[in-house]
Amino acid sequence: MLFNWFRKNKKTSANMAKERLQIILAHERAENKAPFLDDLRQDIIKVIAKYVDIDPSSINVNLQKDSSIEVLEINIPIK
Amino acid sequence: MAGKVLTITSGKGGVGKSTSSANISLGLALRGKKVVTIDLDIGLRNLDMILGLENRIVYDVVNIVEKVCKLNQAMIKDKRTDNLYLIAAAQTRDKSAVTAEQIVELTEELKKDFDYIILDSPAGIEGGFKNAMMPADEVIIITTPEISAVRDADRVIGILESNNKTEMSLIINRINPELVKKGDMMSKDDVLQVLNIPLIGVVPEDKNIVSYTNTGEPSILHSQSESGLAYKNIIQRIMGENVPFMEINEKKTGILTSIINFFKE
Repeated sequence: MLFNWFRKNKKTSANMAKERLQIILAHERAENKAPFLDDLRQDIIKVIAKYVDIDPSSINVNLQKDSSIEVLEINIPIK
Repeated sequence: MAGKVLTITSGKGGVGKSTSSANISLGLALRGKKVVTIDLDIGLRNLDMILGLENRIVYDVVNIVEKVCKLNQAMIKDKRTDNLYLIAAAQTRDKSAVTAEQIVELTEELKKDFDYIILDSPAGIEGGFKNAMMPADEVIIITTPEISAVRDADRVIGILESNNKTEMSLIINRINPELVKKGDMMSKDDVLQVLNIPLIGVVPEDKNIVSYTNTGEPSILHSQSESGLAYKNIIQRIMGENVPFMEINEKKTGILTSIINFFKE
């Protein structure tokens, strides 16, 4: 207890486990919740590419959920 | 009687599903509830041994759904209480021997006579798990404070949600207080922050579990057992009683030991 105070600043393996889990699970949850995201991405690329010059690998499709709202975020940088 | 189907699952294997199923089933029966527990890990039967009932099995769950025997012929009465019956998994068949619809039909039938139908799910997220999930009114997810168990539990929670099984609660099994204190194991709160479903129990690591399994007497039968006490609290919570979560404390260490430990690290 007293001695733990000295090591407070050290990052424990338990903290690392928790952080790693939070990051990977946020990713996996989005993927599992919307398995269509990859197809959607492909379709968007097809449509947009008909009209403007884009780099397919730069398109970012993301489904985010805050406590109350869900946001589908699509980022398309134009060349 | 309108019984309730309680499915015990985890995703990852070896985190204590069958041990928890045995303790919860026996605990509810000892509290006067009529309980039938079904081992759905077809091909890898185990609940019978944990409950110490392996010598009494004649018929199993596959025999019931294939109508080889009558329902009551495959229900094995517990040695310690008249309130508990076990339906064993078939040992020489595989998961495809039963369908989810058949298990739903079976549990509907059992609901007429029992307060609780406990389904011990196999590990994984395939057919066997789906057989255990589809009939569930409530699901208890077992995890341990390890990343692989927690990650798999999260996956299972996601699948349950997408199947509209929203009555879920979590048991964190095998918490080792000394490791938690050293920062080498995620705490109860760490796991809850990651998984974010209601907690129904925290079970401390108990080195006697192996011996309880050896003899076929689950920890809930042992009054001195810490894990047994944790399961008793879980039973009370399942029955709707409000019980505070017990503090899982490490053994008291003196100041000298603390100093030694400090320099050791």
